[in-house]
Amino acid sequence: MKLDAQVPGGQLSEKWKKHKSAMKLVNPANRRKHTVLIVGTGLAGASAAAALGEAGYKVKAFFYHESPRRAHSIAAQGGINAAKNYQNDGDSVDRLFYDTIKGGDFRAREANVYRLAEVSANIIDHCVALGVPFAREYGGQLSNRSFGGTQVSRTFYARGQTGQQLLLGAYSAMMRQVDEGNVEIYSRREMLEIVVVNGVCRGVIIRNLLTGEIESHSGDAVILATGGYSNVYYLSTNAKYSNVTATWRAYKKGAGFANPCFTQIHPTCIPVAGEYQSKLTLMSESLRNDGRVWVPKKAGDNRAASQIPDADRDYYLERRYPGFGNLVPRDVASRAAKSVCDEGRGVGASKQAVFLDFSDAIKRLGQPAIESKYGNLFEIYQQITDENPYEVPMRMYPAPHYTMGGLWVDYHLMSNIPGLFVAGEANFSDHGANRLGASALMQGLADGYFVLPYTIANYIGGTKIEAVSIDSSDFKAARAEAQGRIDKLLGMRGKKTVTEIHRRLGRVMWDAVGMSRSRPGLEKAIKDIRSLREEFWTDVSVPGDKNNLNPELEMAGRVADFLEFGEVMAMDALAREESCGGHFREEHQTPENEAKRDDEKFAHVAVWEYQGEQKAPVRHQEPLKFEVVHLAARNYK
Amino acid sequence: MKLNLKIWRQKDAKTPGKFVDYALDHVSPEMSFLEMLDVLNEELVKKGEEPVAFDHDCREGICGSCGVVINGKAHGGQVNTTTCQLYMRHYNDGDTVLIEPFRARAFPVVKDLCVDRQSLDRVVKAGGYISAHVGSAVDGNTIPIGKELAEKAFDAGTCIQCGACVAACKNASAMLFTSAQTQRLNLLPQGKVELSRRVTRMIAAMDEEKFGACTNEAECSAVCPKGISFKNITEMNHNYLKSSLE
Repeated sequence: MKLDAQVPGGQLSEKWKKHKSAMKLVNPANRRKHTVLIVGTGLAGASAAAALGEAGYKVKAFFYHESPRRAHSIAAQGGINAAKNYQNDGDSVDRLFYDTIKGGDFRAREANVYRLAEVSANIIDHCVALGVPFAREYGGQLSNRSFGGTQVSRTFYARGQTGQQLLLGAYSAMMRQVDEGNVEIYSRREMLEIVVVNGVCRGVIIRNLLTGEIESHSGDAVILATGGYSNVYYLSTNAKYSNVTATWRAYKKGAGFANPCFTQIHPTCIPVAGEYQSKLTLMSESLRNDGRVWVPKKAGDNRAASQIPDADRDYYLERRYPGFGNLVPRDVASRAAKSVCDEGRGVGASKQAVFLDFSDAIKRLGQPAIESKYGNLFEIYQQITDENPYEVPMRMYPAPHYTMGGLWVDYHLMSNIPGLFVAGEANFSDHGANRLGASALMQGLADGYFVLPYTIANYIGGTKIEAVSIDSSDFKAARAEAQGRIDKLLGMRGKKTVTEIHRRLGRVMWDAVGMSRSRPGLEKAIKDIRSLREEFWTDVSVPGDKNNLNPELEMAGRVADFLEFGEVMAMDALAREESCGGHFREEHQTPENEAKRDDEKFAHVAVWEYQGEQKAPVRHQEPLKFEVVHLAARNYK
Repeated sequence: MKLNLKIWRQKDAKTPGKFVDYALDHVSPEMSFLEMLDVLNEELVKKGEEPVAFDHDCREGICGSCGVVINGKAHGGQVNTTTCQLYMRHYNDGDTVLIEPFRARAFPVVKDLCVDRQSLDRVVKAGGYISAHVGSAVDGNTIPIGKELAEKAFDAGTCIQCGACVAACKNASAMLFTSAQTQRLNLLPQGKVELSRRVTRMIAAMDEEKFGACTNEAECSAVCPKGISFKNITEMNHNYLKSSLE
């Protein structure tokens, strides 16, 4: 596998600027002759569709929801980072760049991250122009708040619904292009295969979820913007339908899968309540601006929170990390919560929770101020738990939330398969081993609005793209493959439900490839996943037929892919003999239980290449060269 | 607790549907309404029957996918609550629960409890946007927007496009939805430039999609899980009238 990151030369701060002027262009009159296929209409997909449609390309956008605006970006709560320095607190592009690299524990590519920091300010301006109602001060200026892992206020927000408002902006911009005839949208469609012709990605195979029809679409470039794979854990903060299928299918056609073990377990989620729980609900990181995290000092202290005096409380984040306090990065906060619960100091009925307490903030600022900042989050909390967080502290526990790993891409966001681009959470590019809060929205929109329009033009303008027919043998073969898998699933008449197997896979992944990982645990997990996969393919039942809406069949296909993907994730975690960011190997920690990196052996991106059924995939490396940043131990003390 | 469920089953858009009875044991109060349906579905799959199809995704009240009519009320009748955020603690042992899809001419049933609400996307397509080119925007702070105004536009922008307003309206009107989409933009200085075109075209699109007319009963805002204000309709009507006189 050839992994050329295509990073342009020159000084880090000048690379993107210079490269933009050097990249190939496509004449405006010629753009409509080129078709770009986009899978997924979250922030990355919808913004790419809007920008490419506006530029004049012929765009087709596919999504499995009934409306493109239902993509899971809509659920993002806290905010979006940008190096505007409106607060005059010393922010700059360089600082946002450094915070992101350091937050990712020095496992991301410098040039990509610098570009992200550079375009961040343009994103805010464009979103304001689109009518996104960011929070404002009384004087009409944009307001900011702080997020974890930074010491400046650079997060722009729209209450606790920033993702919704940004997606509305991108969705409406895309719908304008639909209105103008540049973008065609395909609702209730799921991508089942990419089509590679002579080593170049030329199309996708799509299933119409309403009719079951297998459709073929050819184009000059394909963009996957299909999100992350947190649902491999079954219980996560992702929407129920979020899945790995599109990226996994691309991997099986030759695209490299980078750092699959880099997953983010978000520290503040509502704890699991019952056996039938179907998903976990996140409470925005922004809550840690005003909420204080604590547990009782003594294990087994069963008094109600209000009965525990300050002297008997352990504000463990403030104690361990005085420099950042409650606003340490997510990986650090999650591990700390796990360790106090492991010590028996957890709270609530399950003892798998810590308190997030607003009483001091309410005393200091008054309830109305807290309401205006976090009102909708408090409401969600009360709706789910039946407890009033203005009166009793919230109970929180970490939950799978985001995946930094994804398909490998170069500086142009193109995978190792020419013509196949990957954007947003689906690629691996910017967050290293841990993403900072409010950076996912930034990356999705940077990719879609400000990077792909240039790099897609460069690709189309600089490549001789032959005509291709959907009746060609490559398309036929891909169709047959997709159809074969559906028939096989529908032929299953076992005793177990797809959900049952998914739940058990989730348990294996959470226990062995979750917040804490070890060699024996991972080796056992790999065996367990294999046997679960076998059980799935012998004993699962998939009712219904293929010619109309069949959510159970859709889910079966996605779980089948998770059962393959989970194994590679565990293999990746096993091969990375160090701790970094969200990847914590018990064998590699400091005496204070902090993550211990091994820069000599592991300052690289691990990229997995598919070798065929029943064959072990091969692990490749893209070395990470740090030209500007000095690799240091991450210290938030 | 034990529940008697009466659920609308319909194979596809062309086949007529009917209510089917299901008895469900062991429903716990901490379950969400959709988790209760998950449990029923797992039982059905184990019996080799087809599970009940219902739309859902985020399960935290923001994606707007879910939405059924429960005992005659869109989203079940709890204030500011989507179906996915409805918890079984609001039900009692032995209750009969009638579950049916949103019904409107513009929302054809595609299967069981799933309907097709793409008509709403087509209304948005007609003008629910600000025409701003990528890359041409001025600095965000050069357009000062007062806090109250930003909040008001935001309130309209919290609509999740679930369609409950249409389902609750005896005329199956989409006025609340459409007015939320127009007002979230019309109120802002950036959105004023296209105001007339937006309002005129979106209302025309609404009619084209065969949504009914508004007769001011406000059933829509009563069931809206996001509390979208009925005032948006008044303001949109005002804008429409003004635009038609221009």
